[in-house]
Amino acid sequence: MTPDPTTTIRSDPTHLAFDDVHMAFGDRQVFDRLSFTFPPGRISVILGGSGSGKSTALRLIGGLVQPVSGRIFVDGDDITRLSERQMYGVRRKLGMLFQCGALLDSMSVFDNLAFPLRERRELREADVATRVRETLTAVGLDDAEDLLPSQLSGGMVKRAALARAIIMQPLILLCDEPFSGLDPISARRIEALLCDINRRFGMTVVVVSHDIVSTMRMAASVLVLLPDGALQGTPAELQASTDARIASFLNPDLDAAALHEVGRVEALPGRAQAGTTW
Amino acid sequence: MVNPVQRLGAASLRFVEELGRLTRFAGRIGAALLQRPLRFGRFVDELFKLGVLSLIIICLCGTAVGAVIGLQGYNTLIRFGAANSLGAVVGLSLIRELGPVLTALLVTGRAVSAATAEIGTMVVTEQLDGLRMMSVDPVHYVVTPKALAMIAVMPLLSTLFTLFGIFGGYVIGVRIMGLDAGTYMTSLQDAVDFENDVAGSLLKAVVFGILVGLIATYRGYNTAPTSAGVSSATTSTVVIASVSILVFDYFITALWGV
Amino acid sequence: MRRSSTRDLIVGLFVLAGLAAVAYLSLDVGGVSYTGPKGFLLIAKFDEIGGLKKRAPVVISGVKVGEVADIGLADDYRAKVTFTLDPTLKLPVDTTASIVTSGVLGDRYVSLQPGGDEQLLNPGDQIEFVESAVILERMIGKLIHNADVGGGKPNDSAAQ
Repeated sequence: MTPDPTTTIRSDPTHLAFDDVHMAFGDRQVFDRLSFTFPPGRISVILGGSGSGKSTALRLIGGLVQPVSGRIFVDGDDITRLSERQMYGVRRKLGMLFQCGALLDSMSVFDNLAFPLRERRELREADVATRVRETLTAVGLDDAEDLLPSQLSGGMVKRAALARAIIMQPLILLCDEPFSGLDPISARRIEALLCDINRRFGMTVVVVSHDIVSTMRMAASVLVLLPDGALQGTPAELQASTDARIASFLNPDLDAAALHEVGRVEALPGRAQAGTTW
Repeated sequence: MVNPVQRLGAASLRFVEELGRLTRFAGRIGAALLQRPLRFGRFVDELFKLGVLSLIIICLCGTAVGAVIGLQGYNTLIRFGAANSLGAVVGLSLIRELGPVLTALLVTGRAVSAATAEIGTMVVTEQLDGLRMMSVDPVHYVVTPKALAMIAVMPLLSTLFTLFGIFGGYVIGVRIMGLDAGTYMTSLQDAVDFENDVAGSLLKAVVFGILVGLIATYRGYNTAPTSAGVSSATTSTVVIASVSILVFDYFITALWGV
Repeated sequence: MRRSSTRDLIVGLFVLAGLAAVAYLSLDVGGVSYTGPKGFLLIAKFDEIGGLKKRAPVVISGVKVGEVADIGLADDYRAKVTFTLDPTLKLPVDTTASIVTSGVLGDRYVSLQPGGDEQLLNPGDQIEFVESAVILERMIGKLIHNADVGGGKPNDSAAQ
């Protein structure tokens, strides 16, 4: 599952990209002049400490929040120019796995998965059922279809939410901290599922995470959001980096110090480009 | 000296801003009404939760209020030798004022806590964002059926309250105080006019339904995403809704020419 | 989505009950007529209707036989009152319509005294014989005036 560092990563600059994005919530700056692109069809990871803005970055891609300035490209469209109505069209190409799953709590797992299919009204009910069951099998939740989300374990919630995110076979899968709150075995299982989905469907996968180890294993491209900037590269490049900030970020023994640093509220002058060595 | 004035000014500005946001929210609900799919199933679910489950309290309170008016009314009217008008007194009080207003106040408590809790929880657990990511407008899916149900339920419950009240008055006046049943009903029928009384009553109920529906869902939707936020929003929303009901009650009564 | 048909049924019943309640209140208590003004219409012109209101009862010998449907001003500035009456009524053309008060200070209503003519009134006809409402204040005013005048020499005003 380790991406080959020598493979040239195709970068289609408008598949999934930020261009000079400035994001803030009121007075609280999140990041400034952030630019990066993620390679199509590969797994990319956004790393950063708490409060670094990684979940916000994901929400920006999904159009759930608007940046202060800058452009965001999803499959060729600059979504900052689109109205909410038009975003609904773009979101058909996206699937999102939320941190808490965000399953509709009044419905069974089956109905939750069927929901996006039924909304589209393109499939007959029998076909909906088939698709739902196939997807449940793919994530290993065959027996859970009649359970309510409140009856599921943490790992099962994530798998169900993942199933719902991919059931429409989106172009890009966004995952907000898919491993958080899980025991190591369940976390590994999710990781395996993500890699499997990426391989099988060629879906671009963007994962927000603070777990270094799994990131290094599965990512083709890593974006690190630091308090004073952002850096991007392949896992190999990151490992080989001589930048002190990266080193302290990656080194578990220095994690405490890295976490302290991340509690900042100042604007970031960062600029990240794909494929640079530093 | 200036400070209280400044604060008043600031508070007024914020109030007007809030009204503006509320109106825009109402506009979104209105726009959502015109969108397909119609989500009739969710509307029916909300009717059940709000209407059917309120029936017991409405019927009990209605009967109790009617009985009290019957008692008070009788004791007062008997002094003027006008006890035969008890039916009219009970009926008119209920139809014109107490039916719509008390029903609205009773329903507000349930409606607001349900709306704020449900919608607020969905905000906190990112379910609404989840809906948006699936290209479903959360206002269309969650808010509109609730708001619509509140509008639909109010006149129905209000009328049931009124009828149970008339019955309560009947029990006191006829069964206990010994009035003639025919007199009770006749004085009621003679005094009550559809245009002036019943229509006004239904109008009030619908207006109150719109008020509660709008305020409850708006506050639930904009709740601060913490559980403390949800509960404080509920309490203040009940207060706001109740005051609005009473204020609008005055204006409708005045304008309807009752 | 837990959609049970029992729930739907209950909601349906609830809505029906509510609508039935509204219907009852409107029709039976509130007196909306569901077929429009039923019965036949008659008109009468009065010099004075007092406080007569729409939907005031029209009675014969104390029994309610209809309602005042409309009150307006005729071209000759008299009050034009339209009644809707029980369609089975047969009223002779010399029927009198009087506006009377229920009790001393009560509401006004219309009382009909059927005459003896063989010819009957048709729908839309005008009742010729009317007695306008008695305004208490005017009557008292007249009494006082007459008492005043009667104390002096008799003159034309006593004949009013």
